[in-house]
Amino acid sequence: MTSVNACKQCAPLGACVAFKGIEGALPMLHGSQGCATYIRRYLISHFREPVDVASSSLGEEATIFGGGRNFSVGIDNIISQYRPKVIAIASTCLSETIGEDVQRLIGEYRAAHRGEVGLPEMLFASTPSYQGTHCEGFHEAVCAAVKALANGRGGKAAGRHINLFCSFVSPEDIRHLKEILADWGVSAVVFPDYSDTLDGGSWGAYRRIPEGGTPLEAIRSCACASASVELGYILNAGGRSGRVRRNVAVQSAGEYLQGAFGVACRRTGLPVGVGETDKLLRLLAQLSGKPVPEKYRRQRSRLLDLYADGHKYVSMKKAVIYGEEDLAVALVAFAVEVGIKPVLCATGGESGKLQETLRETLGETYPEEMAVGQGMTFEQMEATLQAAGVRPDLLIGNSKGYYIARRLDVPIVRVGFPIHDRIGAQRCRLLGYEGTTILFEQAVNALLDDRQRKSPVGYKYM
Amino acid sequence: MIDEKDKLKDADTLTAELQEFRDEVVAKYPKKVAKKRARGIVLSDPSTPPEIQANVRTIPGIITQRGCTYAGCKGVVLGPTRDIVNITHGPIGCGFYSWLTRRNQTRPTSDSDANFIPYCFSTDMQDSNIVFGGEEKLKQAIREAYALFHPKAIAIFSTCPVGLIGDDVHRVARHMMEEIGGGINIFGFSCEGYRGVSQSAGHHIANNGLFKNLIGRDDEVRGSLKYRVNLLGEYNIGGDAFELERIFEKCGVNLLASFSGNSTIQKFENAHTADLNMVMCHRSINYVAEMMETAFGIPWIKVQPIGARSTAKMLRKIAQYFGEQELTDRVEAVIAEEMAAVDAAREKARRRTAGKLAMLFVGGSRAHHYQDLFEELGMTTVAAGYEFGHRDDYEGRRVIPSIQIDADSRNIEEITVSRDATRYRPRKTEEELKALEADGMEFNEYHGLMSQMEKGMLVIDDLSHYEMEKLVEKYHPDVFCAGIKEKFCVQKMGIPLKQLHNYDVGGPYAGFRGAINFYKDIEMMVGATIWKEVKAPWESEDFVEATYVY
Repeated sequence: MTSVNACKQCAPLGACVAFKGIEGALPMLHGSQGCATYIRRYLISHFREPVDVASSSLGEEATIFGGGRNFSVGIDNIISQYRPKVIAIASTCLSETIGEDVQRLIGEYRAAHRGEVGLPEMLFASTPSYQGTHCEGFHEAVCAAVKALANGRGGKAAGRHINLFCSFVSPEDIRHLKEILADWGVSAVVFPDYSDTLDGGSWGAYRRIPEGGTPLEAIRSCACASASVELGYILNAGGRSGRVRRNVAVQSAGEYLQGAFGVACRRTGLPVGVGETDKLLRLLAQLSGKPVPEKYRRQRSRLLDLYADGHKYVSMKKAVIYGEEDLAVALVAFAVEVGIKPVLCATGGESGKLQETLRETLGETYPEEMAVGQGMTFEQMEATLQAAGVRPDLLIGNSKGYYIARRLDVPIVRVGFPIHDRIGAQRCRLLGYEGTTILFEQAVNALLDDRQRKSPVGYKYM
Repeated sequence: MIDEKDKLKDADTLTAELQEFRDEVVAKYPKKVAKKRARGIVLSDPSTPPEIQANVRTIPGIITQRGCTYAGCKGVVLGPTRDIVNITHGPIGCGFYSWLTRRNQTRPTSDSDANFIPYCFSTDMQDSNIVFGGEEKLKQAIREAYALFHPKAIAIFSTCPVGLIGDDVHRVARHMMEEIGGGINIFGFSCEGYRGVSQSAGHHIANNGLFKNLIGRDDEVRGSLKYRVNLLGEYNIGGDAFELERIFEKCGVNLLASFSGNSTIQKFENAHTADLNMVMCHRSINYVAEMMETAFGIPWIKVQPIGARSTAKMLRKIAQYFGEQELTDRVEAVIAEEMAAVDAAREKARRRTAGKLAMLFVGGSRAHHYQDLFEELGMTTVAAGYEFGHRDDYEGRRVIPSIQIDADSRNIEEITVSRDATRYRPRKTEEELKALEADGMEFNEYHGLMSQMEKGMLVIDDLSHYEMEKLVEKYHPDVFCAGIKEKFCVQKMGIPLKQLHNYDVGGPYAGFRGAINFYKDIEMMVGATIWKEVKAPWESEDFVEATYVY
């Protein structure tokens, strides 16, 4: 099956986002310079922040003789210009196809520079663009960073903190997760934390590597945490299933820590909606032994009050939900909870787990009439709707679905990645009771606006 | 922000400073890199442009503005043509990232007019295709695209893995052309990202493909027989083509084809029936101009329809070329009419813009063309350079014979073009051409960016991120022109950045109305007061004192 208007990006893009969540890191792509350029352009127009990604700029010669020289020259130059704490390297389809062994190149570079002061950490994530999506790339990079760095010697006392692997969410949502943990008094390593690096303030003076990110010491301490919490049920499972096969065992960071260091791994979905947020908060209460802070009880209560106020506007409205797999699951859970009828849940990912995850998450509220599509393109989504004779009332997903919304003349609520036709993608709030409040209001108001716009009367009291 | 009076230094001081800056920046690199970079940074001298190093590989690890060959071929040259199905053969990323950008505007003539620009076709290669080959999948993609849209033409663009695993896109194209039949035109481009130095290699590959597969296939002479021209190297960024089309129409100039802003297959196929080629972006399209001259006898001139005065100059050149009073009168009337609004807008903007500094680091012609607009605004371009230009784009075409061909250029197919047996027709006699030249008209000539820059200004090829940061830190230009990758770095330093790859929300900037748009946008940008707020009032001592006085 070939692709017309894909609903996914390539794996190295996801890796670059995750790497931006390491303090003092500079990502480098081992491949053609176009990969770094395209990916930078794409990330920058979503986050509207500088995103520096270096490239080993492999040329034709390197495709024949190997990219070793380019690799080490690239590392030299990155060090002399940027002095990063970490150089985080991801592969591309070029370097994977010619069989570059980046771990070996890192080893050789280290050996050649043994004893030099201030040599940065180097870590590598294998992200061939022909396997999986940007989501697999993201989680692969998270796991690669943890594998390379976590050794329990980060200075944190053993068993006193938890790890929170926060998935591909907006900088604003990362800030919100950190706020929840702080309010709770739970000591935690949140990784990858690109809440400042990809959403910083105005600087005055330029910083070659922006402030922020999960500190190296914190990532080292991941190995001695009391538990890991992973947000998302599917994560990079796509690397293990179906069409996407790999010869190395794909793991999530939590699974790796559990196996290597015995850190218990607990998984819960992205906390969107009351039900899924409840799950996270209960888990945190359990892990910390502390009750849910009053602040969140109030937020929850206000959200339910809002649901009561607004449900009549959304009830039985038909929605198309699309995006990364875990995001799609979370959005469907939210939709079902507020009475929106998801008619199609689609993703470009191909973990093979979407349907079963939806069933497990939704239980008896699973909407049987909902079409579920993995490995889907936007064209297939449209065709599916047409074949079923369904006209949705609302789209929830990234900017790339806009053209369908336009064709069908229905509103679209923009969440996920990429958001290129609105500003504020980096502050898009989705998680927790507060994020859900915003999402619900957006959905209701989008529908109201649509009705108002199409009304011949022009009511101003809806 | 620096005070105005600090900025307006006399020319000699500025030159001395720029020289010093160059030495400082270069000294920060490792020795070998420094040597290489030093050759790419020169001080301009319009009378005798110095030699600059250009079109050489970016050093690994140096963050560059440059893209890849695929981007130049698929994204830039073929991207704006609406009725061709462009299939990216490769993993999903490349196709996705070049899908429907602001550069791909087009205006179908009717609802039934084919427009595939909103679509992103990709073979979405998976690892099994890498192992067992992707040709079958490519064939399938072509079949599917044909079944969906029945296009007149399909182009295939190769990404890195295609060349590595040895998929032959040209063979697949021939095969599918036979299989589908019915006169469909299918052709491939070997534009793998690792080829060449930058997107410039992709332009060249695209030019060759256009010439081999499209130009000259349709001999029907359509429309008026008078004043038939093509505009080459115009990509309809921010709607530029729409404005230029308006102007040509108003002047009665018959624009047959744009390469490739707002273009169609038929326009390419028919372009050889024109009598004059005008080259806008010299870098990306000069090959087509050259080949069309050799094969069909169409002379080409360099034009610069960015900036109102330059647009007027272009129109006058057209009138001069055709040499008919009727056209000259009409062109002059249009210029007079259009310039009234332009002059008013410029004078209004100049109150804020005059004396300010600009820097231009973009493209393979834009860093030159936009200097016209800044001149009109009374601004000085203190530093400029191309992302993917060659030496001739800096120093002028006279240096072409002395440019060394390196391995990176050699792996781009050179096609030999000869005079077309039936279609070659000299548009002017030798005497006519001589007379035009004696009158100041220059054919097949481009003098390059450095001919326009004031003596002593900085010219930097393939500006690195690091150099950019140093430039901005030292000179605090009032506006920096580059692309989105540079935008937020520059703005973090409190300097507004104008995107000239896609004009962010603005444009068109070409032609007369475009110039007015540009004046307004630059006036707005240099007049922005928000940068003063970067420092909060409580961070300044005055404020603290003031609050404690009772």
